[in-house]
Amino acid sequence: MANGTLVFIEQRDGHIKKASLETLCQAKKLNNAGPVSAVIVGEKAKELAAQVQKYAPEKIYVLEGSEYSNYSTEAYADALDKAIKTADPKFVFAAHTAMAKDLIPRVAARFDAACISDVMEFQAENGCLNPVRPMYSGKCYGMYDIKSAIGFITIRPNVFALDAAQDAHQAPVEELKAEAKTPRAKVTSVHKAEGQKLELGEASIIVSGGRGIKGPENWNVLQDLCDAMGGALGASRAVVDAGWIDHQFQVGQTGKTVSPQLYIACGISGAIQHLAGMSSSKIIVAINKDKDAPIFKYANYGVVGDIFEILPKVTAEVKKMKEGQ
Amino acid sequence: MKIAVCVKAVPDTEANIKVAGDASSIDLNGIKFVTSPFDEFAIEEAITLKEKQGGETTVISLGGAECTDVLRDSLARGIDTAIHVNDPDLVNLDPLTAAKVLAKVIKEGNFDLVLCGQQGVGGDNSQLPSILAELLDMPQATLVVKLEIADGKFKAEREIEGAHEIIEGSLPVVISAQKGLNEPRYPSIKGVMAARKKTIDVKNLDALGMKGTVGQDTRRAVIKKMMMPPERAQGKMIEGDADTQAKTLISLLKTEARVL
Repeated sequence: MANGTLVFIEQRDGHIKKASLETLCQAKKLNNAGPVSAVIVGEKAKELAAQVQKYAPEKIYVLEGSEYSNYSTEAYADALDKAIKTADPKFVFAAHTAMAKDLIPRVAARFDAACISDVMEFQAENGCLNPVRPMYSGKCYGMYDIKSAIGFITIRPNVFALDAAQDAHQAPVEELKAEAKTPRAKVTSVHKAEGQKLELGEASIIVSGGRGIKGPENWNVLQDLCDAMGGALGASRAVVDAGWIDHQFQVGQTGKTVSPQLYIACGISGAIQHLAGMSSSKIIVAINKDKDAPIFKYANYGVVGDIFEILPKVTAEVKKMKEGQ
Repeated sequence: MKIAVCVKAVPDTEANIKVAGDASSIDLNGIKFVTSPFDEFAIEEAITLKEKQGGETTVISLGGAECTDVLRDSLARGIDTAIHVNDPDLVNLDPLTAAKVLAKVIKEGNFDLVLCGQQGVGGDNSQLPSILAELLDMPQATLVVKLEIADGKFKAEREIEGAHEIIEGSLPVVISAQKGLNEPRYPSIKGVMAARKKTIDVKNLDALGMKGTVGQDTRRAVIKKMMMPPERAQGKMIEGDADTQAKTLISLLKTEARVL
Protein backbone atom coordinates (compact mmCIF):
# COMPACT_ATOMS: atom_id res chain seq x y z
CA MET A 1 0.00 0.00 0.00
CA ALA A 2 1.50 3.26 -1.11
CA ASN A 3 2.32 5.54 1.77
CA GLY A 4 4.32 8.69 2.49
CA THR A 5 6.21 11.10 0.27
CA LEU A 6 9.44 10.70 -1.64
CA VAL A 7 11.33 13.95 -2.30
CA PHE A 8 13.66 14.11 -5.29
CA ILE A 9 16.77 15.98 -4.17
CA GLU A 10 18.36 17.74 -7.14
CA GLN A 11 22.10 18.15 -7.35
CA ARG A 12 24.27 19.69 -10.03
CA ASP A 13 28.06 19.34 -9.91
CA GLY A 14 27.75 17.90 -6.42
CA HIS A 15 25.79 20.89 -5.10
CA ILE A 16 22.36 20.27 -3.66
CA LYS A 17 19.67 22.77 -4.69
CA LYS A 18 18.35 24.80 -1.80
CA ALA A 19 14.88 24.56 -3.37
CA SER A 20 15.01 20.75 -3.00
CA LEU A 21 15.63 21.13 0.72
CA GLU A 22 12.77 23.64 0.94
CA THR A 23 10.61 21.00 -0.74
CA LEU A 24 11.69 18.37 1.79
CA CYS A 25 10.94 20.71 4.72
CA GLN A 26 7.52 21.59 3.30
CA ALA A 27 6.60 17.92 2.72
CA LYS A 28 7.35 17.22 6.38
CA LYS A 29 4.93 19.96 7.45
CA LEU A 30 2.01 18.41 5.55
CA ASN A 31 0.11 15.95 7.74
CA ASN A 32 -1.40 14.28 4.70
CA ALA A 33 2.00 13.64 3.12
CA GLY A 34 2.92 10.89 5.61
CA PRO A 35 6.50 9.88 6.40
CA VAL A 36 8.93 11.75 4.14
CA SER A 37 11.95 10.10 2.52
CA ALA A 38 14.46 11.55 0.06
CA VAL A 39 16.24 10.29 -3.05
CA ILE A 40 19.54 11.64 -4.38
CA VAL A 41 20.76 10.75 -7.86
CA GLY A 42 24.30 11.71 -8.83
CA GLU A 43 27.86 10.71 -9.50
CA LYS A 44 28.66 11.17 -5.80
CA ALA A 45 25.18 10.89 -4.31
CA LYS A 46 26.31 9.05 -1.17
CA GLU A 47 28.50 11.84 0.16
CA LEU A 48 25.66 14.33 -0.37
CA ALA A 49 23.39 12.37 1.97
CA ALA A 50 24.97 14.09 5.00
CA GLN A 51 23.61 17.47 3.83
CA VAL A 52 20.12 16.01 3.44
CA GLN A 53 20.25 14.40 6.92
CA LYS A 54 20.20 17.92 8.38
CA TYR A 55 16.56 18.27 7.29
CA ALA A 56 15.62 14.96 8.91
CA PRO A 57 13.98 12.68 6.33
CA GLU A 58 12.87 9.20 7.51
CA LYS A 59 15.11 7.53 4.98
CA ILE A 60 17.50 8.48 2.20
CA TYR A 61 17.82 6.53 -1.04
CA VAL A 62 20.91 7.08 -3.18
CA LEU A 63 21.63 6.14 -6.77
CA GLU A 64 25.27 6.70 -7.56
CA GLY A 65 27.39 6.14 -10.65
CA SER A 66 29.26 7.77 -13.51
CA GLU A 67 26.11 7.54 -15.64
CA TYR A 68 24.74 10.40 -13.51
CA SER A 69 27.77 12.70 -13.83
CA ASN A 70 25.84 14.88 -16.30
CA TYR A 71 22.09 15.08 -16.40
CA SER A 72 20.35 12.66 -18.72
CA THR A 73 16.54 12.57 -18.80
CA GLU A 74 16.44 8.85 -19.46
CA ALA A 75 19.07 7.79 -16.90
CA TYR A 76 17.59 10.03 -14.20
CA ALA A 77 14.06 8.87 -15.04
CA ASP A 78 15.15 5.24 -14.65
CA ALA A 79 16.84 6.09 -11.34
CA LEU A 80 13.78 7.87 -9.96
CA ASP A 81 11.56 5.07 -11.26
CA LYS A 82 13.66 2.58 -9.29
CA ALA A 83 13.45 4.66 -6.11
CA ILE A 84 9.67 5.03 -6.44
CA LYS A 85 9.18 1.30 -6.96
CA THR A 86 11.31 0.64 -3.86
CA ALA A 87 9.82 3.31 -1.57
CA ASP A 88 6.22 2.93 -2.86
CA PRO A 89 5.20 6.49 -1.89
CA LYS A 90 1.80 8.11 -2.29
CA PHE A 91 3.42 11.37 -3.43
CA VAL A 92 6.63 12.34 -5.19
CA PHE A 93 7.78 15.92 -4.62
CA ALA A 94 10.50 17.91 -6.41
CA ALA A 95 11.50 21.56 -6.66
CA HIS A 96 10.13 23.20 -9.83
CA THR A 97 13.43 23.76 -11.66
CA ALA A 98 14.65 23.24 -15.23
CA MET A 99 15.60 19.67 -14.30
CA ALA A 100 12.23 18.92 -12.70
CA LYS A 101 10.32 20.41 -15.63
CA ASP A 102 12.21 17.98 -17.86
CA LEU A 103 12.17 14.91 -15.61
CA ILE A 104 9.10 14.78 -13.38
CA PRO A 105 6.30 14.79 -16.02
CA ARG A 106 8.11 12.01 -17.87
CA VAL A 107 8.28 9.81 -14.77
CA ALA A 108 4.69 10.70 -13.83
CA ALA A 109 3.55 9.53 -17.28
CA ARG A 110 5.35 6.23 -16.70
CA PHE A 111 3.14 5.73 -13.63
CA ASP A 112 0.05 7.02 -15.49
CA ALA A 113 -0.15 9.56 -12.69
CA ALA A 114 -1.12 13.13 -11.93
CA CYS A 115 1.61 15.73 -12.22
CA ILE A 116 0.95 19.13 -10.68
CA SER A 117 3.60 21.74 -11.42
CA ASP A 118 4.81 24.87 -9.71
CA VAL A 119 2.76 24.54 -6.51
CA MET A 120 2.85 27.58 -4.20
CA GLU A 121 0.44 26.55 -1.47
CA PHE A 122 -1.34 23.57 0.08
CA GLN A 123 -4.85 23.96 1.46
CA ALA A 124 -4.87 20.44 2.89
CA GLU A 125 -8.06 19.12 4.45
CA ASN A 126 -10.00 15.86 4.80
CA GLY A 127 -7.09 13.72 3.67
CA CYS A 128 -6.57 15.77 0.46
CA LEU A 129 -3.37 17.72 -0.13
CA ASN A 130 -5.20 20.34 -2.23
CA PRO A 131 -2.13 21.79 -3.92
CA VAL A 132 -2.65 25.29 -5.31
CA ARG A 133 -0.72 26.62 -8.28
CA PRO A 134 -0.72 29.78 -10.36
CA MET A 135 -2.26 29.67 -13.82
CA TYR A 136 -2.00 32.36 -16.51
CA SER A 137 1.26 33.33 -14.75
CA GLY A 138 -0.65 34.18 -11.60
CA LYS A 139 -3.66 35.97 -13.10
CA CYS A 140 -5.60 33.20 -11.33
CA TYR A 141 -4.93 30.10 -9.22
CA GLY A 142 -6.10 26.49 -9.42
CA MET A 143 -6.57 23.97 -6.63
CA TYR A 144 -6.10 20.38 -7.74
CA ASP A 145 -7.41 16.92 -7.00
CA ILE A 146 -5.16 13.92 -7.57
CA LYS A 147 -7.01 11.03 -9.22
CA SER A 148 -4.16 8.52 -9.42
CA ALA A 149 -2.63 6.09 -6.90
CA ILE A 150 0.50 8.20 -6.85
CA GLY A 151 0.73 11.96 -7.35
CA PHE A 152 3.72 13.99 -8.55
CA ILE A 153 4.09 17.56 -7.34
CA THR A 154 6.72 20.17 -8.16
CA ILE A 155 7.13 23.11 -5.82
CA ARG A 156 8.12 26.67 -6.65
CA PRO A 157 11.54 27.63 -5.25
CA ASN A 158 11.75 30.38 -2.65
CA VAL A 159 8.13 30.11 -1.49
CA PHE A 160 8.44 27.65 1.38
CA ALA A 161 10.85 28.17 4.26
CA LEU A 162 13.88 26.07 5.09
CA ASP A 163 13.83 24.65 8.63
CA ALA A 164 16.76 25.03 11.00
CA ALA A 165 19.37 22.38 10.19
CA GLN A 166 19.65 19.50 12.67
CA ASP A 167 23.04 18.02 13.42
CA ALA A 168 22.27 14.71 15.05
CA HIS A 169 19.78 13.19 12.61
CA GLN A 170 20.84 9.85 11.17
CA ALA A 171 18.23 8.39 8.83
CA PRO A 172 19.09 5.06 7.24
CA VAL A 173 20.71 5.41 3.79
CA GLU A 174 19.89 2.75 1.20
CA GLU A 175 21.78 2.46 -2.04
CA LEU A 176 19.80 1.43 -5.10
CA LYS A 177 20.88 0.44 -8.61
CA ALA A 178 18.79 1.10 -11.69
CA GLU A 179 19.03 -1.25 -14.63
CA ALA A 180 21.93 -0.13 -16.84
CA LYS A 181 20.76 1.16 -20.23
CA THR A 182 22.39 3.38 -22.81
CA PRO A 183 20.43 6.64 -23.01
CA ARG A 184 19.60 7.85 -26.52
CA ALA A 185 20.35 11.45 -25.56
CA LYS A 186 22.69 12.92 -23.02
CA VAL A 187 24.31 16.12 -21.90
CA THR A 188 27.77 16.36 -23.45
CA SER A 189 28.79 19.72 -21.99
CA VAL A 190 27.57 22.56 -19.79
CA HIS A 191 28.33 26.23 -20.45
CA LYS A 192 27.96 28.69 -17.60
CA ALA A 193 25.94 31.69 -18.67
CA GLU A 194 27.79 34.99 -18.75
CA GLY A 195 26.78 37.75 -16.40
CA GLN A 196 23.88 36.55 -14.30
CA LYS A 197 25.21 34.47 -11.41
CA LEU A 198 21.93 34.13 -9.62
CA GLU A 199 18.97 32.61 -11.48
CA LEU A 200 15.77 34.67 -11.49
CA GLY A 201 13.60 31.86 -10.18
CA GLU A 202 15.93 31.27 -7.25
CA ALA A 203 16.68 34.89 -6.33
CA SER A 204 15.12 36.33 -3.19
CA ILE A 205 15.69 39.89 -4.46
CA ILE A 206 15.11 40.98 -8.06
CA VAL A 207 15.85 44.41 -9.51
CA SER A 208 14.03 44.70 -12.83
CA GLY A 209 14.22 47.30 -15.59
CA GLY A 210 11.82 48.44 -18.29
CA ARG A 211 11.70 51.12 -20.99
CA GLY A 212 12.41 53.75 -18.37
CA ILE A 213 16.07 52.75 -18.38
CA LYS A 214 16.23 54.46 -21.81
CA GLY A 215 18.79 52.15 -23.41
CA PRO A 216 20.95 49.04 -23.04
CA GLU A 217 23.93 51.16 -21.97
CA ASN A 218 22.19 51.94 -18.67
CA TRP A 219 21.87 48.48 -17.10
CA ASN A 220 24.83 49.27 -14.84
CA VAL A 221 22.61 51.59 -12.78
CA LEU A 222 20.40 48.58 -11.94
CA GLN A 223 23.28 46.13 -11.76
CA ASP A 224 24.96 48.27 -9.08
CA LEU A 225 21.85 48.03 -6.91
CA CYS A 226 21.60 44.28 -7.64
CA ASP A 227 25.19 43.75 -6.55
CA ALA A 228 24.76 45.82 -3.41
CA MET A 229 21.63 43.87 -2.43
CA GLY A 230 22.81 40.45 -3.61
CA GLY A 231 19.90 40.19 -6.05
CA ALA A 232 19.31 39.14 -9.63
CA LEU A 233 18.63 41.38 -12.61
CA GLY A 234 15.26 41.15 -14.38
CA ALA A 235 13.65 42.87 -17.35
CA SER A 236 10.28 43.61 -18.94
CA ARG A 237 9.27 42.09 -22.27
CA ALA A 238 9.48 45.48 -23.97
CA VAL A 239 13.23 45.79 -23.37
CA VAL A 240 13.89 42.11 -24.20
CA ASP A 241 12.02 42.46 -27.50
CA ALA A 242 13.92 45.70 -28.17
CA GLY A 243 17.13 43.68 -27.85
CA TRP A 244 18.43 45.60 -24.82
CA ILE A 245 18.98 42.38 -22.85
CA ASP A 246 18.80 38.60 -23.35
CA HIS A 247 15.42 36.83 -22.97
CA GLN A 248 16.64 34.79 -19.99
CA PHE A 249 16.18 37.95 -17.91
CA GLN A 250 12.53 38.42 -18.89
CA VAL A 251 9.91 38.44 -16.15
CA GLY A 252 6.31 37.98 -17.24
CA GLN A 253 3.90 35.69 -18.98
CA THR A 254 6.25 34.76 -21.82
CA GLY A 255 9.31 34.95 -19.58
CA LYS A 256 9.72 33.79 -16.02
CA THR A 257 7.12 33.92 -13.28
CA VAL A 258 8.87 34.88 -10.07
CA SER A 259 7.98 35.31 -6.41
CA PRO A 260 10.97 36.82 -4.61
CA GLN A 261 10.88 38.41 -1.19
CA LEU A 262 11.59 41.77 -2.80
CA TYR A 263 10.91 42.90 -6.37
CA ILE A 264 12.07 46.36 -7.39
CA ALA A 265 10.52 47.50 -10.68
CA CYS A 266 12.50 50.36 -12.19
CA GLY A 267 11.01 52.28 -15.09
CA ILE A 268 8.44 49.51 -15.69
CA SER A 269 4.93 50.78 -16.37
CA GLY A 270 3.28 47.45 -15.56
CA ALA A 271 1.78 45.79 -18.66
CA ILE A 272 -0.66 43.07 -17.61
CA GLN A 273 1.58 40.27 -18.84
CA HIS A 274 4.47 41.65 -16.75
CA LEU A 275 2.32 42.10 -13.64
CA ALA A 276 1.20 38.47 -14.01
CA GLY A 277 4.80 37.33 -13.77
CA MET A 278 5.73 39.16 -10.57
CA SER A 279 2.59 39.99 -8.61
CA SER A 280 3.12 37.07 -6.20
CA SER A 281 6.34 38.71 -4.93
CA LYS A 282 6.21 39.36 -1.19
CA ILE A 283 7.17 43.04 -1.35
CA ILE A 284 7.02 45.10 -4.55
CA VAL A 285 8.73 48.45 -4.94
CA ALA A 286 7.95 50.56 -7.99
CA ILE A 287 10.12 53.45 -9.10
CA ASN A 288 8.70 55.32 -12.06
CA LYS A 289 8.51 58.87 -13.41
CA ASP A 290 4.83 58.50 -14.29
CA LYS A 291 2.68 58.68 -11.16
CA ASP A 292 -0.20 57.06 -13.06
CA ALA A 293 1.77 53.97 -14.10
CA PRO A 294 -0.32 50.81 -13.42
CA ILE A 295 2.61 49.24 -11.54
CA PHE A 296 1.91 51.54 -8.56
CA LYS A 297 -1.40 49.73 -7.91
CA TYR A 298 0.60 46.58 -7.18
CA ALA A 299 3.43 48.18 -5.23
CA ASN A 300 3.83 48.06 -1.45
CA TYR A 301 6.11 51.08 -1.80
CA GLY A 302 5.94 53.55 -4.64
CA VAL A 303 8.51 56.15 -5.54
CA VAL A 304 7.64 58.72 -8.21
CA GLY A 305 10.87 60.00 -9.65
CA ASP A 306 13.75 59.65 -12.06
CA ILE A 307 15.44 56.25 -11.69
CA PHE A 308 18.79 57.75 -12.74
CA GLU A 309 18.62 60.14 -9.83
CA ILE A 310 17.09 57.79 -7.24
CA LEU A 311 18.74 54.40 -7.88
CA PRO A 312 22.36 55.51 -7.18
CA LYS A 313 21.15 57.03 -3.90
CA VAL A 314 19.30 53.81 -3.00
CA THR A 315 22.43 51.80 -3.83
CA ALA A 316 24.49 54.08 -1.58
CA GLU A 317 21.97 53.62 1.26
CA VAL A 318 22.10 49.82 0.89
CA LYS A 319 25.92 49.89 1.01
CA LYS A 320 25.83 52.12 4.08
CA MET A 321 23.37 49.75 5.77
CA LYS A 322 25.49 46.69 4.95
CA GLU A 323 28.63 48.34 6.27
CA GLY A 324 26.82 49.16 9.49
CA GLN A 325 25.86 45.51 10.04
CA MET B 1 12.47 14.37 -42.52
CA LYS B 2 8.92 14.40 -41.16
CA ILE B 3 8.33 17.09 -38.55
CA ALA B 4 5.31 17.38 -36.25
CA VAL B 5 4.59 20.59 -34.35
CA CYS B 6 2.09 20.53 -31.48
CA VAL B 7 0.36 23.86 -31.00
CA LYS B 8 -2.18 25.11 -28.51
CA ALA B 9 -4.77 27.87 -28.83
CA VAL B 10 -4.56 29.98 -25.68
CA PRO B 11 -6.04 33.26 -24.42
CA ASP B 12 -4.02 36.27 -25.58
CA THR B 13 -1.37 37.22 -22.98
CA GLU B 14 -2.80 40.76 -22.85
CA ALA B 15 -6.18 39.39 -21.76
CA ASN B 16 -7.63 39.99 -18.33
CA ILE B 17 -8.42 36.59 -16.86
CA LYS B 18 -11.49 36.12 -14.67
CA VAL B 19 -12.68 32.93 -13.03
CA ALA B 20 -16.06 31.78 -14.43
CA GLY B 21 -19.19 31.23 -12.34
CA ASP B 22 -18.50 27.48 -12.04
CA ALA B 23 -15.25 28.34 -10.17
CA SER B 24 -13.40 25.67 -12.15
CA SER B 25 -12.70 27.38 -15.47
CA ILE B 26 -12.04 30.87 -16.79
CA ASP B 27 -14.62 33.25 -18.19
CA LEU B 28 -14.17 33.08 -21.98
CA ASN B 29 -16.34 36.13 -22.61
CA GLY B 30 -14.39 38.52 -24.83
CA ILE B 31 -11.24 36.37 -24.78
CA LYS B 32 -9.28 36.26 -28.02
CA PHE B 33 -7.37 33.04 -28.69
CA VAL B 34 -3.87 33.05 -30.14
CA THR B 35 -1.12 30.52 -30.81
CA SER B 36 0.65 29.92 -27.50
CA PRO B 37 3.72 32.22 -27.76
CA PHE B 38 6.23 29.42 -27.10
CA ASP B 39 4.63 27.33 -29.90
CA GLU B 40 5.55 30.10 -32.35
CA PHE B 41 9.22 29.22 -31.82
CA ALA B 42 8.44 25.55 -32.51
CA ILE B 43 6.58 26.45 -35.73
CA GLU B 44 9.41 28.70 -36.91
CA GLU B 45 12.02 26.02 -36.21
CA ALA B 46 10.04 23.45 -38.23
CA ILE B 47 9.73 25.79 -41.20
CA THR B 48 13.42 26.76 -41.10
CA LEU B 49 14.50 23.11 -40.90
CA LYS B 50 12.31 22.25 -43.87
CA GLU B 51 13.67 25.16 -45.87
CA LYS B 52 17.24 24.02 -45.22
CA GLN B 53 16.89 20.26 -45.32
CA GLY B 54 13.60 19.52 -47.06
CA GLY B 55 10.89 17.30 -45.65
CA GLU B 56 7.31 17.62 -44.56
CA THR B 57 5.83 19.67 -41.74
CA THR B 58 2.56 18.98 -39.95
CA VAL B 59 0.94 21.06 -37.25
CA ILE B 60 -1.34 19.32 -34.75
CA SER B 61 -3.74 20.98 -32.34
CA LEU B 62 -6.19 19.52 -29.86
CA GLY B 63 -9.24 21.52 -28.83
CA GLY B 64 -12.45 23.10 -30.03
CA ALA B 65 -13.28 25.73 -32.65
CA GLU B 66 -10.60 28.08 -31.24
CA CYS B 67 -7.92 25.88 -32.87
CA THR B 68 -9.00 26.59 -36.45
CA ASP B 69 -7.52 30.10 -36.68
CA VAL B 70 -4.37 28.96 -34.90
CA LEU B 71 -3.90 26.10 -37.39
CA ARG B 72 -4.56 28.45 -40.34
CA ASP B 73 -1.96 30.82 -38.93
CA SER B 74 0.61 27.98 -38.85
CA LEU B 75 -0.23 27.07 -42.44
CA ALA B 76 0.08 30.73 -43.45
CA ARG B 77 3.56 30.85 -41.95
CA GLY B 78 4.60 27.88 -44.11
CA ILE B 79 3.61 24.61 -42.40
CA ASP B 80 2.47 22.05 -45.03
CA THR B 81 -0.46 20.28 -43.39
CA ALA B 82 -2.69 20.63 -40.33
CA ILE B 83 -4.48 18.12 -38.12
CA HIS B 84 -7.22 19.27 -35.74
CA VAL B 85 -8.22 16.78 -33.04
CA ASN B 86 -11.69 17.86 -31.97
CA ASP B 87 -14.08 15.77 -29.90
CA PRO B 88 -16.68 16.73 -27.30
CA ASP B 89 -15.01 14.31 -24.85
CA LEU B 90 -11.76 16.28 -25.03
CA VAL B 91 -12.45 19.38 -22.95
CA ASN B 92 -10.69 20.61 -19.80
CA LEU B 93 -8.05 17.91 -20.06
CA ASP B 94 -4.98 17.44 -17.93
CA PRO B 95 -1.61 17.34 -19.75
CA LEU B 96 -1.39 13.54 -19.48
CA THR B 97 -4.75 12.92 -21.19
CA ALA B 98 -4.00 15.50 -23.91
CA ALA B 99 -0.61 13.85 -24.46
CA LYS B 100 -2.19 10.40 -24.84
CA VAL B 101 -4.33 11.69 -27.74
CA LEU B 102 -1.50 13.64 -29.37
CA ALA B 103 0.84 10.65 -29.03
CA LYS B 104 -1.65 8.54 -30.99
CA VAL B 105 -1.72 11.09 -33.82
CA ILE B 106 2.07 11.37 -33.83
CA LYS B 107 2.56 7.59 -33.88
CA GLU B 108 0.32 7.30 -36.94
CA GLY B 109 2.40 9.94 -38.72
CA ASN B 110 5.82 8.32 -38.17
CA PHE B 111 7.56 11.60 -37.40
CA ASP B 112 11.33 12.00 -37.01
CA LEU B 113 11.06 15.19 -35.00
CA VAL B 114 8.33 16.42 -32.66
CA LEU B 115 8.47 20.11 -31.75
CA CYS B 116 6.42 21.78 -29.01
CA GLY B 117 6.50 25.06 -27.13
CA GLN B 118 8.07 24.66 -23.70
CA GLN B 119 4.75 25.49 -22.06
CA GLY B 120 1.22 26.30 -23.07
CA VAL B 121 0.67 29.84 -21.88
CA GLY B 122 -2.22 29.83 -19.41
CA GLY B 123 -2.13 26.26 -18.13
CA ASP B 124 1.59 26.91 -17.56
CA ASN B 125 2.16 23.24 -16.77
CA SER B 126 5.30 22.76 -18.86
CA GLN B 127 4.61 19.01 -18.92
CA LEU B 128 3.37 18.00 -22.35
CA PRO B 129 6.74 17.63 -24.18
CA SER B 130 8.21 15.32 -21.52
CA ILE B 131 5.02 13.25 -21.28
CA LEU B 132 4.89 12.92 -25.08
CA ALA B 133 8.50 11.72 -25.17
CA GLU B 134 7.70 9.06 -22.57
CA LEU B 135 4.53 7.89 -24.33
CA LEU B 136 6.30 7.85 -27.70
CA ASP B 137 9.40 6.19 -26.20
CA MET B 138 11.62 8.92 -27.64
CA PRO B 139 14.49 10.88 -26.11
CA GLN B 140 13.80 14.53 -25.34
CA ALA B 141 15.38 17.93 -24.97
CA THR B 142 13.31 20.62 -23.29
CA LEU B 143 13.71 24.41 -22.94
CA VAL B 144 15.81 24.44 -26.10
CA VAL B 145 17.34 27.71 -27.32
CA LYS B 146 19.45 26.27 -30.17
CA LEU B 147 18.93 23.20 -32.34
CA GLU B 148 20.97 21.43 -34.98
CA ILE B 149 19.77 18.37 -36.89
CA ALA B 150 22.03 16.31 -39.15
CA ASP B 151 22.39 12.68 -40.21
CA GLY B 152 19.67 11.31 -37.94
CA LYS B 153 21.15 13.06 -34.92
CA PHE B 154 20.36 16.20 -32.96
CA LYS B 155 22.35 18.65 -30.91
CA ALA B 156 20.34 20.95 -28.67
CA GLU B 157 21.27 23.74 -26.32
CA ARG B 158 19.02 23.76 -23.28
CA GLU B 159 18.50 26.59 -20.81
CA ILE B 160 19.02 25.68 -17.16
CA GLU B 161 19.62 27.84 -14.07
CA GLY B 162 22.64 30.04 -14.81
CA ALA B 163 23.95 27.81 -17.62
CA HIS B 164 23.24 26.08 -20.90
CA GLU B 165 23.46 22.31 -21.35
CA ILE B 166 24.40 20.78 -24.69
CA ILE B 167 22.39 17.62 -25.32
CA GLU B 168 23.23 15.22 -28.12
CA GLY B 169 21.28 12.20 -29.25
CA SER B 170 19.51 10.32 -31.98
CA LEU B 171 16.26 10.95 -33.85
CA PRO B 172 13.35 10.61 -33.42
CA VAL B 173 13.22 13.12 -30.58
CA VAL B 174 10.80 15.46 -28.83
CA ILE B 175 12.09 19.04 -28.54
CA SER B 176 10.46 21.83 -26.54
CA ALA B 177 11.18 25.38 -27.66
CA GLN B 178 12.14 28.20 -25.31
CA LYS B 179 12.13 31.88 -26.21
CA GLY B 180 15.47 32.63 -27.88
CA LEU B 181 15.42 29.62 -30.23
CA ASN B 182 14.64 31.86 -33.23
CA GLU B 183 12.69 34.92 -34.36
CA PRO B 184 9.26 33.75 -35.52
CA ARG B 185 8.22 35.16 -38.88
CA TYR B 186 4.86 36.78 -39.55
CA PRO B 187 2.68 35.11 -42.15
CA SER B 188 3.00 36.73 -45.61
CA ILE B 189 -0.09 37.83 -47.58
CA LYS B 190 0.70 35.08 -50.06
CA GLY B 191 0.93 32.61 -47.20
CA VAL B 192 -2.41 33.69 -45.79
CA MET B 193 -4.07 33.29 -49.21
CA ALA B 194 -2.52 29.84 -49.70
CA ALA B 195 -3.53 28.73 -46.19
CA ARG B 196 -7.18 29.55 -46.92
CA LYS B 197 -7.21 26.99 -49.71
CA LYS B 198 -5.70 24.21 -47.61
CA THR B 199 -7.86 21.63 -45.87
CA ILE B 200 -7.47 21.05 -42.17
CA ASP B 201 -7.72 17.33 -41.40
CA VAL B 202 -10.24 17.16 -38.54
CA LYS B 203 -10.18 13.96 -36.49
CA ASN B 204 -12.40 12.89 -33.63
CA LEU B 205 -11.79 10.09 -31.14
CA ASP B 206 -13.63 7.56 -33.35
CA ALA B 207 -11.26 8.32 -36.22
CA LEU B 208 -8.33 7.77 -33.87
CA GLY B 209 -9.82 4.52 -32.53
CA MET B 210 -9.81 6.02 -29.03
CA LYS B 211 -13.50 6.68 -28.35
CA GLY B 212 -14.30 5.79 -24.75
CA THR B 213 -10.64 5.30 -23.78
CA VAL B 214 -9.72 8.92 -23.05
CA GLY B 215 -11.66 11.86 -21.73
CA GLN B 216 -12.53 13.64 -18.53
CA ASP B 217 -12.77 10.34 -16.62
CA THR B 218 -9.19 9.40 -17.45
CA ARG B 219 -7.77 12.65 -16.08
CA ARG B 220 -5.30 12.20 -13.24
CA ALA B 221 -5.00 15.88 -12.25
CA VAL B 222 -8.34 17.67 -11.98
CA ILE B 223 -8.92 21.33 -11.16
CA LYS B 224 -11.22 21.37 -8.16
CA LYS B 225 -11.49 25.10 -7.79
CA MET B 226 -10.13 28.23 -9.45
CA MET B 227 -9.50 31.42 -7.54
CA MET B 228 -8.44 34.98 -8.24
CA PRO B 229 -5.15 36.04 -6.61
CA PRO B 230 -5.44 37.74 -3.22
CA GLU B 231 -5.79 41.52 -3.53
CA ARG B 232 -2.59 43.34 -2.73
CA ALA B 233 -2.89 45.80 0.12
CA GLN B 234 -2.89 49.51 -0.71
CA GLY B 235 0.73 50.60 -0.93
CA LYS B 236 2.55 53.63 0.44
CA MET B 237 3.85 56.41 -1.77
CA ILE B 238 7.20 57.71 -0.61
CA GLU B 239 7.40 61.47 -0.90
CA GLY B 240 10.22 64.00 -0.65
CA ASP B 241 13.33 64.79 -2.67
CA ALA B 242 15.43 61.95 -4.10
CA ASP B 243 17.70 61.80 -1.02
CA THR B 244 14.75 61.51 1.35
CA GLN B 245 12.98 58.98 -0.90
CA ALA B 246 16.07 56.74 -1.04
CA LYS B 247 16.64 56.90 2.74
CA THR B 248 12.95 56.32 3.55
CA LEU B 249 12.67 53.40 1.12
CA ILE B 250 15.63 51.50 2.54
CA SER B 251 14.55 52.20 6.08
CA LEU B 252 11.01 50.86 5.36
CA LEU B 253 12.33 47.78 3.56
CA LYS B 254 14.52 47.03 6.55
CA THR B 255 12.30 47.80 9.52
CA GLU B 256 8.72 47.54 8.22
CA ALA B 257 8.83 45.01 5.35
CA ARG B 258 11.83 43.18 6.86
CA VAL B 259 13.16 42.05 3.50
CA LEU B 260 16.68 43.50 3.78
